[in-house]
Amino acid sequence: MNALEINNVSKIYGNGKVALQDISLTVPEGSFFALLGPNGAGKSTLINILADTVNASSGNVSLLGHDLFLERAWCKRRMGVVPQEIAFDPFFSPREILKFSRGMYGEKADDHWVDELLERLELAEHAHKVTRQLSGGMRRRLLVAQALVHRPKLVILDEPTAGVDVELRKRLWDFMRELNAAGTTILLTTHYLEEAEELCDQVAIIDQGKLITSCPMKTLMGDVASSSLCLSYDEPLQLSDEDTIVLAAFSPRVHDNQLCLTLNKQGTHSDFDAVYQAAKQQLGAPVDVNIRQEDLEDVFLRLTGDPS
Amino acid sequence: MNRFNVIGTWTLFQRESRRFLRVKMQTIVAPALTAILYLIVFRYAMGERQVPGLDVDYFSFLIPGLIMMAMLQNAFANTSSSMIVGKIMNVHVFLLMSPISAAEAIIAFLAAAVLRAFVVGSVLLLVLLPFSDLALTHVWMILFYGICGSLIMGSLGLIGGMWSKTFDDMAMVNNFIIMPLTFLSGVFYSVSQLPPFWQSINAWNPFFYLIDGFRHGFISTGDSDPLQAMGAVAALTILAVISSWYLWRIGWKLKE
Ligand SMILES: Nc1ncnc2c1ncn2[C@@H]1O[C@H](COP(=O)(O)OP(=O)(O)OP(=O)(O)O)[C@@H](O)[C@H]1O
Ligand SMILES: [Mg+2]
Repeated sequence: MNALEINNVSKIYGNGKVALQDISLTVPEGSFFALLGPNGAGKSTLINILADTVNASSGNVSLLGHDLFLERAWCKRRMGVVPQEIAFDPFFSPREILKFSRGMYGEKADDHWVDELLERLELAEHAHKVTRQLSGGMRRRLLVAQALVHRPKLVILDEPTAGVDVELRKRLWDFMRELNAAGTTILLTTHYLEEAEELCDQVAIIDQGKLITSCPMKTLMGDVASSSLCLSYDEPLQLSDEDTIVLAAFSPRVHDNQLCLTLNKQGTHSDFDAVYQAAKQQLGAPVDVNIRQEDLEDVFLRLTGDPS
Repeated sequence: MNRFNVIGTWTLFQRESRRFLRVKMQTIVAPALTAILYLIVFRYAMGERQVPGLDVDYFSFLIPGLIMMAMLQNAFANTSSSMIVGKIMNVHVFLLMSPISAAEAIIAFLAAAVLRAFVVGSVLLLVLLPFSDLALTHVWMILFYGICGSLIMGSLGLIGGMWSKTFDDMAMVNNFIIMPLTFLSGVFYSVSQLPPFWQSINAWNPFFYLIDGFRHGFISTGDSDPLQAMGAVAALTILAVISSWYLWRIGWKLKE
């Protein structure tokens, strides 16, 4: 079963801004899903529609087989959302906030779980402070704890690590990985693409409200990400017209004394040898060679960049 | 479909009550002090005078009105301040995200508003009663008006809170609608003392019926017809509660 099936969801805000255009994507149950896109792409809009703080203009969503818009209460109990904007109730301490939050989801009190969350998110020593006294990173971690306190099956995190330091970010991701291993589906947005690449097994990229791609991370990094062969020479290069024509198929790029040529994939093989031979023939033997693999960031920039 | 979210509603009610219990000075002691000040001022201004038209002394007339006024203002304050703080601090998203339906949310908010009104009302009663020879003559009437009044004001507080974008908006609702209506509702004078024109205006002020009816529970007399007033107040209560429920349900000014 799928944790989420988002079908043709669109959102036009009151001011006429089209934030989402006909988005359809599927989040398999048990997956660790990265929803990526540049600023203003519509990620938060989509998440807020799922969270019920923004109304969709059209489309429908099913959560674990139940219609999200028709069976809101059922779905909400199985879902925990960390909103992008930090929000906290100035009246209460983190422990009280977690207790109230759990109660509001209709769950009986569970002090062990609250303690564990405070512990895991490194809030235990701040549990009795007023939220006003928490630092920005602590508040963000409190939001994460709040989203987990009713043990949801699907956890949605809108930039949970913005403003969280490296060390804590690592531990937060470790915790998420554990939850995921225990069967929780996790959907997140982040601008830390290396982290997304390392953590997530599914990825969707949206840009200007449109879905660019949605597939397993392996597929994206295997089929869409390309590799280049980079050849270094003793002195700065200048391609002749003939060189340019011969190497055109490999989209040659010259930086000083380095020439990079894109490798094309044919099944499990690449045309490495053909590329190398062609370059050697035109320019002579290089002094050094290396292969550069596109990472998620390169692919992301290529897919969301200007079409020009 | 779904069963009533009992634990959720109870939790929200606790949250909304704890909020005012935590700041007792501001929510309970301050209104009591204000009422005592009014009492002292009017005591010396009016002396031992009788209220014209009604066969009671001014003190016995004033005290129930002051109590009801404080109850109404506190019921309003509880829901409106929670809503506006929630909106400005952006914590209302947690309420929207939680599986608490509009009806459950309204029940929890209004129950907390009624609780606050009755806590404040009881404190005032204990403080002010020794100054007079008033008795709780018709308890059922006192309860009826107390509960309906708090529900109406709690609902108006919710609606006002939903409408307001800033503390300024909220203060405007309070200063230009709530305060005038409560002050002109016959807490300090009997409407029969007013010129006919103002009397007919007053006939449209719902607060007048609330305060008059509540007072009736103590002094067994008043300016309005009790049965008619009860009908109007009951109808208004239902209208106010349903309006706040409906606006919550459609996410009026809460959801994009
Ligand atoms: N309440 C609103 N009213 C009008 N337009 C809005 C509103 N909220 C967001 N938008 C617009 O909708 C578009 C998508 O915004 P959204 O917040 O979903 O982007 P995002 O992908 O989450 O960006 P970021 O990475 O910066 O968080 C943006 O152009 C934004 O300006
Ligand atoms: Mg966002």
